[in-house]
Amino acid sequence: MTPRALDPFLAFPRALRAEGFPAAAAQTEDFLSAVGLLGPRSIRDVRRAAHAVFGPGPERRQEFDDIFDMVFLGRAFLAPGEAASEEAPQAFDAGDMDDLPEPDDEDPSGREASRRERLFARSFGPVDEAALLAAFARVLPGALPRRRSRRFAPARGGVADPRRALRDMARRDGEVLRLPTRRRTARQRRVLVLIDVSGSMKAGTESALRIAHGIIRTAERAEAFTIGTRLTRVTRALRRRSHDQALALAAGLVADWDGGTRLGEALSVFLSVPRFAGFARGALVIVVSDGLERGGPEALVASMTRLRGLAWRIVWLSPLASDPSYRPETGAMRAILPLIDHLDAGGDLAAMAASLVGEHALRRAGAVR
Amino acid sequence: MVVRRSIAGIDSPEALAEAMRAAQYIADEGLSTAAYLGLALGKPLLLEGAPGVGKTEAAKALAAVLGRELVRLQAYEGLDAAAAMYEWNFPRQMLAIRQAGDAYVNLYADDFLIARPMLLALQRPRERLLLIDEIDRADHEFEAFLLEFLSDFSLSIPERGTIRAVEPPVVVLTSNRTRELHEALRRRCVYHWIGYPDPQLEAQIVMMRASSVARDTAHRVVAAVGKLRAEPLAKPPGVAETVEWAEAATLLNAQGAPWPTAFARAIGVALKDQDDLAFVAPRLDRILQGAA
Repeated sequence: MTPRALDPFLAFPRALRAEGFPAAAAQTEDFLSAVGLLGPRSIRDVRRAAHAVFGPGPERRQEFDDIFDMVFLGRAFLAPGEAASEEAPQAFDAGDMDDLPEPDDEDPSGREASRRERLFARSFGPVDEAALLAAFARVLPGALPRRRSRRFAPARGGVADPRRALRDMARRDGEVLRLPTRRRTARQRRVLVLIDVSGSMKAGTESALRIAHGIIRTAERAEAFTIGTRLTRVTRALRRRSHDQALALAAGLVADWDGGTRLGEALSVFLSVPRFAGFARGALVIVVSDGLERGGPEALVASMTRLRGLAWRIVWLSPLASDPSYRPETGAMRAILPLIDHLDAGGDLAAMAASLVGEHALRRAGAVR
Repeated sequence: MVVRRSIAGIDSPEALAEAMRAAQYIADEGLSTAAYLGLALGKPLLLEGAPGVGKTEAAKALAAVLGRELVRLQAYEGLDAAAAMYEWNFPRQMLAIRQAGDAYVNLYADDFLIARPMLLALQRPRERLLLIDEIDRADHEFEAFLLEFLSDFSLSIPERGTIRAVEPPVVVLTSNRTRELHEALRRRCVYHWIGYPDPQLEAQIVMMRASSVARDTAHRVVAAVGKLRAEPLAKPPGVAETVEWAEAATLLNAQGAPWPTAFARAIGVALKDQDDLAFVAPRLDRILQGAA
């Protein structure tokens, strides 16, 4: 093979990468070996090798084949969703804490208003439900799901720990005085909070952020994002101990308050950032949203299906569900209902806290209702 | 990277498909290509697909073709090293200490080592095929640990040092895709998505697997199953269900039930979910009508 003939074989993984397929350098090497092994007698052999080595999932198979056709057969290829790119949601992660504006009592909207997007910040009122939040923070660690870790730790009443027993025996001339036992340790599952900050959720976003603050402060590993027309990571802001500081910081970060809802697209942006998608892996995912989606439900269903594949459990808190007669009737909500493990009320602070840890536990922990 | 053009006399995807057919498994072009490339490149083969499309069967057929012993590791949440790799035979070690008295005894000799599937595959890579079944059920830690195993095919046992395979063993992983696997794991494997077979192929599979089923019945069952899969069911019938349904209906028919009734009565073999049954029940006649 002359170097020139090799060109499309090297261009193909590059084209894949450009379209968001994972294609590592080692896979390119495998691809070349595979093509060599299969003959190749025709373009079909090359395509078969590409399928086997790069392994596109069934839902991206068509896209994969289109890229293949473009590179090897020179057919035109239209990247999907290019028309909407101007409006597409973008991910935004506040870098170091140092870059963040220090919270002050002034409304920071003067700075924000200069942004081209005409996004604006919102300031929160003073926290008046401190008792409820304190109770929530006390109860939460016990209510968060745990999973068995692969690690064992010495514990009373577990299974016999032969390794330690043997070591003890060697120390004591082959006598076992006491049988050491061990047990699998448990770890908290990761928690991921996704908060819808679109216009229809206006009344609930503040409470949702407060709940998120409680979760971030108490859970071992938790992440929080707001989703609206864009995606904002607010985890760092919410790590502040002071409630008001944390909320003011988060409010300053989020620039798309009360905008339109493109939940599906924003979620797919979330999932396309590998670091973010990793937060959802094996995690308890809490979505606070009314599920009112502009346009058809297809994008939302596609992203929720992917999220379902990553998450351990998806809990959906909707302010609409606070009404006992609520039935998920909108197209989007009905379509994603099978993908959700639990749909519960999320109207105000108390409802959200109760949905997550249980009303009874909250009351016992001293929440005045 | 070692590339073996020919392994156990198989030098092309077509030859592999042929050999698998002799082992009672009909592999389509994509599967035979992926399997052949996996063998030739010395890489694990990752098979994904809906439950019941024959992923595990494919691994069994591959083992039969290569004349290897199948070592199966069923993955589950909480799978640990003792179940997957190796374990020390502690009771024997304790006995040995007692019996030895003052004499020296090597507590970490082969006698005391119990090999589990992954170690078994490394010890005799030419005679065994390792099947790691339903990897999506295992937790992420196990998946991460598997990465190391699958990239250099070695295991380290603290008391013994690192055990390395003399050649890459044949490894097949299957996943039902209940969750997404790590990209890093997929990257190390040759991948194939097993979809539902087309009707022609499925009818062949039914006849091969269930010898008592007549050609006509096989085609009817496959047509009916095809329609069922188009319905929004929680558990669409897999290939295994198709085969069982054909067998069950044939049995009922032999006992005197006429055709559509035999199919309808045996529906419990194909659909195993109360909601699905209730959903399909009103239209079952129509689904079977087209099939008959």
